[in-house]
Amino acid sequence: MEISSKLKFANPANNHGYEVVESINANKEGSYFKTIARRFAKNKVAMISLVLFIFLILAAVLAPVISPYPPNKTVGNFEAAPDSEFHLGTDEIGRDVLSRLIYGARVSLIVSMGSVAIYVIIGTTLGLISGYFGGITDATIMRITEVFMSYPYFMVILVLVSLIGPSIWTVTFVLGFLGWPPLCRLIRGQVLYIKTIDFISAAKATGYSTSSILFKQILPNVLSIILVNATFGIANAILTEASLSFLGMGVRPPAASWGNMLSNAQSLTVLSMQPWRWVPAGIIILVAVLVVNFIGDGLRDAVEGETK
Amino acid sequence: MELVQNKKVILSVRNLNQYYNEGKKNEVRAINNISFDIYKGETLGLVGESGSGKSTTGRAILKLSDITSGSIIFDGHDITKIDGRKDTLKFRKSMQMIFQDPYASLNPKISVMDIIGGALDVHKMTNSRKERTERVYELLEVVGLSRDYASRYPKEFSGGQCQRVGIARALAVKPDFIIADEAISALDVSIQAQVVNLLKSLKKSRDLTYLFIAHDLSMVKYISDRIAVMNAGRILELASSDELYRTPLHPYTESLLSAMPTPYPDDERSRQRIYYDKKYHTYNDETKVKLNQIAPGHYVYCHEDEISHYVKKYKQLNK
Ligand SMILES: Nc1ncnc2c1ncn2[C@@H]1O[C@H](COP(=O)(O)OP(=O)(O)OP(=O)(O)O)[C@@H](O)[C@H]1O
Ligand SMILES: [Mg+2]
Repeated sequence: MEISSKLKFANPANNHGYEVVESINANKEGSYFKTIARRFAKNKVAMISLVLFIFLILAAVLAPVISPYPPNKTVGNFEAAPDSEFHLGTDEIGRDVLSRLIYGARVSLIVSMGSVAIYVIIGTTLGLISGYFGGITDATIMRITEVFMSYPYFMVILVLVSLIGPSIWTVTFVLGFLGWPPLCRLIRGQVLYIKTIDFISAAKATGYSTSSILFKQILPNVLSIILVNATFGIANAILTEASLSFLGMGVRPPAASWGNMLSNAQSLTVLSMQPWRWVPAGIIILVAVLVVNFIGDGLRDAVEGETK
Repeated sequence: MELVQNKKVILSVRNLNQYYNEGKKNEVRAINNISFDIYKGETLGLVGESGSGKSTTGRAILKLSDITSGSIIFDGHDITKIDGRKDTLKFRKSMQMIFQDPYASLNPKISVMDIIGGALDVHKMTNSRKERTERVYELLEVVGLSRDYASRYPKEFSGGQCQRVGIARALAVKPDFIIADEAISALDVSIQAQVVNLLKSLKKSRDLTYLFIAHDLSMVKYISDRIAVMNAGRILELASSDELYRTPLHPYTESLLSAMPTPYPDDERSRQRIYYDKKYHTYNDETKVKLNQIAPGHYVYCHEDEISHYVKKYKQLNK
């Protein structure tokens, strides 16, 4: 940054008695998120992953346009191996595997993004409140997170889903309402530190209301943490949804999900003789989770690079 | 306080105490029963070494902390009783602070435009986006910063520039009273004089009252009408600025003055640092110890029995 300062001394006509005008001819640094984006863009693996993830989102959104066949209709022979007509073969009642895979992306993305959105809102709000107010509010919220975190997560999900009845929405809400405690604790820890910095005193002195201090002054300082946490959360949720559907506790047939497609492999004949009925689903789950994790790694590095 | 009888008291602090970790082993008496007044339109300097409780005093007055005991009356209102959004906003609008640490007092994730503009928003001081932007530019100009800075973030600034942004933010709401907590200590010596001049000219043009906090006496003399000398949470001496320099009575004040560099090399060479011993203000029985008036408007923290000693000292120095 180049700074040139011009000093004009003791000019009686000017009521300051002096004046300093500093002008800057520097490259505009831009906002905080632009800086993070620039650092992220330098990370090749993360960028490739981001592109792949965007393709996945596009595939989900455009599923009706790009799938060769309707996903839930019998369109060919039963259990046919891949050929020029059905690139990934057909399943036990003659539905196109490729089409079902594409529609399955919708399920994965709705469940993962929806549940993460829910838990980010809950976790962030409670974390901000807990850290900022301290005292009995903090103690109460922290005890609740401990209760949530001391049960085997997957068991609770299984029980809740079977109580409410498995569906894509049940899975989304259950994952969302169970997922917030780790993020809440992370944010609380940050807020405990941030609230002691003078800019919070300054905000109080300016007259900001408590909710403005929480959401306008503190929140921007924890956004990067939320972003990183949410990204890993999406990867986790994709995996959890797949596991639930695999066990028959997630998306119910005939609707397609990667997890319930994978459950075909529970049959020994399919596992050994008809790889097209489960390998593609397995690969796509693996790729989706890896890609999102790489994005998370890239984001984390970009955010932490800030402190270096 | 007879000296400035005809002036209106804007802030009155009585028997203020602020303890940290009260009742625990690590209890700190950051403020120990201090009382003072600030008159409308004056600058009261508050001087003392690091850890003497100056910032704590400033924060207590600004209602940033819950005081342990005592009363703080600002503009006729007991600030501890201010409650409700409307009254709080009114109080916040009339009193502002320039914080000691220029970096820490600016939110790193908010642009200068929104740091200053935010203060305008809170008090609904502008009616349109355009007016807000114009006001922010004006304020930047007042503190000697280019308007190009508005879109930037605090980490892109030097300490001195941050301090100016802090001053602009404090001025934005048009306060009557400003607490300047070491507003110049973080700055280069060459910039210090500029900022002091800026504060002085603002005081004149806007009829401001200052509590000017500093840890040494050199700049304070230049800006203050009266000076309070603080140590270990107590005010040890309080007098008009001239008098404090001419006739320092408390040994701690003498010690602070002796630490001040002088512009004359001869004096500088012969200058002797007076070291201060805390036992001067440590009394076994504190019941008869308080800030006593030695001469009109000149107060010293001492025991009843010591008053005559200080009166004698005062007369001697004035001979
Ligand atoms: N939150 C706190 N908890 C415990 N002790 C504190 C706290 N804040 C301040 N103190 C103590 O109170 C005393 C006075 O602190 P204060 O910040 O008012 O000093 P100061 O005169 O402003 O010093 P400096 O010139 O270094 O800014 C110090 O001993 C400090 O350690
Ligand atoms: Mg201080």
